[in-house]
Amino acid sequence: MPTENFSPKILVFSTDKISDPGIDQAGLRKLHYSPTVYVISLPCSSGIKPRWIMRAFEKGFDGVFIAADGHECSYSPKCAEHTNTIIVESQKMMREKNINPKRIRMAALCSVCAEPFVSHMGNFSKILSELGSLNTEEYKPS
Amino acid sequence: MKQRIGVYICHCGGNISDYVDVEQLGKLMANEDGVIVSKDVMFACSDANQKQMIQDINEKQLDAIVVASCSPKLHTHTFRGVAERAGINPYNYTQVNVREQCSWAHSDKPMDATIKAYGLIRAGINRVTHSEALESIEITAQKAVAVIGAGVSGLRAAIDLARMGNQVYLIEKEAEVGGRVLTSGKLFMTGENGKEVIDRLYQRLKQMNNINIFTNANLDKISGSFGNFFIDVNVGGELLKLNVGSVLVTTGFDFYQPKEGEYGYKLSENVITLPDFNKLVENGNGKLIHNGKPVKTVAYIYCVGNRQSKGENKYCSRHCCTAAIHSSLNLHEKFDGVKAFHLYRDIRTYGKQELLYQESSKKGDIYIKFEEKEPPIVEMKGNKPFIKVKDYLTSKKELTLDADLVVLVTGMVARSDSNEISGKLKIPIGTDKFFNEIHPKLKPVETVIKGVYIGGACQGPKNISESVQSALSGAAKINAVIRKGSIELEPIVARINPEACAWCNKCSEVCEFDAIKPIESNGKMIAEVNISTCTGCGICAPVCPTNAIEVAHFTDNEIESMIDGFASPANIAPREQTNQNTSSAKAQSLAGYPKIWRTIASALNDKPLSIPQITEKINISIQEVTWNVMTMNRYGFIESTGLDGDEVYHIYKLKK
Repeated sequence: MPTENFSPKILVFSTDKISDPGIDQAGLRKLHYSPTVYVISLPCSSGIKPRWIMRAFEKGFDGVFIAADGHECSYSPKCAEHTNTIIVESQKMMREKNINPKRIRMAALCSVCAEPFVSHMGNFSKILSELGSLNTEEYKPS
Repeated sequence: MKQRIGVYICHCGGNISDYVDVEQLGKLMANEDGVIVSKDVMFACSDANQKQMIQDINEKQLDAIVVASCSPKLHTHTFRGVAERAGINPYNYTQVNVREQCSWAHSDKPMDATIKAYGLIRAGINRVTHSEALESIEITAQKAVAVIGAGVSGLRAAIDLARMGNQVYLIEKEAEVGGRVLTSGKLFMTGENGKEVIDRLYQRLKQMNNINIFTNANLDKISGSFGNFFIDVNVGGELLKLNVGSVLVTTGFDFYQPKEGEYGYKLSENVITLPDFNKLVENGNGKLIHNGKPVKTVAYIYCVGNRQSKGENKYCSRHCCTAAIHSSLNLHEKFDGVKAFHLYRDIRTYGKQELLYQESSKKGDIYIKFEEKEPPIVEMKGNKPFIKVKDYLTSKKELTLDADLVVLVTGMVARSDSNEISGKLKIPIGTDKFFNEIHPKLKPVETVIKGVYIGGACQGPKNISESVQSALSGAAKINAVIRKGSIELEPIVARINPEACAWCNKCSEVCEFDAIKPIESNGKMIAEVNISTCTGCGICAPVCPTNAIEVAHFTDNEIESMIDGFASPANIAPREQTNQNTSSAKAQSLAGYPKIWRTIASALNDKPLSIPQITEKINISIQEVTWNVMTMNRYGFIESTGLDGDEVYHIYKLKK
């Protein structure tokens, strides 16, 4: 159920070398996005464990966004494929917990993608707002 | 578990504190488990604060520190240094980004920014609680370098590496050194011939006794890791074994080869590529003759094989506009009365190369702009090419040009054997098929393979000067790391929990760097990580069905505790409003600033003073006074009233 004035809490997994500088640049340019967006930076988006994603939902995050390296990844040409597998795996786990798979989203972000990041956050917030808070679903944290 | 943590929350002048209530957060964080010291500081990165942190660490026996300030990209190194100087392991330090990702991004919502900062700092404290003391991996390094490819970049880099005292092995596939420059004729700017440039480099190279050049040589096999690579080179059928500390790849590029029928290529002998045309001009004498017929009109078609929105090569090759215009000028210089048409999409002669464009225009070269959606059409009447082109600068009027020769200005593409080299050295290849550096701006010549560097046009289209610059920067990077004879690697690598591991091979299958191999341990097979080749990317971790892999510094405990930190509820009170507009409020607000600011302010209370006078009055080093006075001035607490009698120093007073 959509709630009025609801600002969905989003956990972003970004990468040290590629997407994080893009997110930093959004701040530098004072391009505003929701203050309920929190970022964890890792070496590569292919290294995100589904259990971390599940932990986020358990702790009250309404959505998880993966700012992936895509074809820019300097570690693996198959980075997008690997990251996608992680999402598929996570969505399987999410369904088991009655969490809408739309609550996870991935997009490739480059080191200067300040505007795309802000626009992704806006769009994802809108989708999550329509879904409402995770707690309003029949979600059962373990 | 760290139990004596110091937390420092930075005002960053006002960059953070204008929006985030850092004073309140400083007080709140003091109540967190394990936090012994919690302070809000004006500039966390200032010398004064660094000294204070070291003092706190020693006095309060802190075992970990958190600094909430700007992006970790800026100051992680600074504060790891502080930790190290105070005797704490640098990996027991965490930097929290409350500037770029909080105060600046949410300057429109200060209260929400403070709530977010609370979560971010809590996460930082949680993470550092679980942080581990990691030791950098130190390995011995051979002071020898293999340079693969002896084009202009490889030759120049080899000279520099040798000059800096390294043994250099220069490996060239062809029978002679020099690569593309050797046959490129007259070069822009200096007017030298490419062969002259190469000859000069080769003479210098021969005089150095620590360079070995191998021509007709192919890289056969490479093993080992940074510091100790073992390379097998096939030199004319003979196998040579080299032991080097690092590898610089300068294998260059190929020219785009037009497809049959592309702008009439191969349908007529009068459609040729720019490199072939340049040879014709170079070798021509008196009259320009092609296929026994004099050439009076030349039509250059630009962007052939480049900037294809629907094709393979989406990029611009940067050098070809200049190369075509330079070719045209050479043509005019050598042969009288030859007309040149330039059919272009956009002219990209940047920097000093723009002068060539001006010169060519003055010489009467005709420039006709077309668009990708309506490219010129080359038709043959007999053997003579006719070109139909819509001129976008004159209302898309269709023109028909008859030219004796059509020159296809072809760009650079990745070498056809780049896959083979990438396979052997494991350098990642980008979608443009050139080799990929870690980051085009921040790490432009490093690859993710430790010890393997790239330079020149093998990483993307470049002109000669840019190629040499990048190869030299690769050489400088290599020398900086191997000169000591040992290398320190970041300890961020994957590690295996032997109890949980049941060797299913999944981790090794996804590892791009062959860093995981099976090993027998306590009667069972488990995975083992080669820490000198592991890049710490973590791709292996999520695929493990038993969660037996973690990457140091990004462990489950660290990441999950961060998530918990973000999620914990915040009890933030609205900030008390102070009137910041009056000078008295400004002076009072110094209460939250470093003590030295208050001391300086009280010294200026009686009368305006210069920096040496303040130094004398308050007896603190002139450097420290200078830095703080400058900062106080910048943030409007004090102002200059003019210069002193000798007109050397400004006299400062408290701002009214």
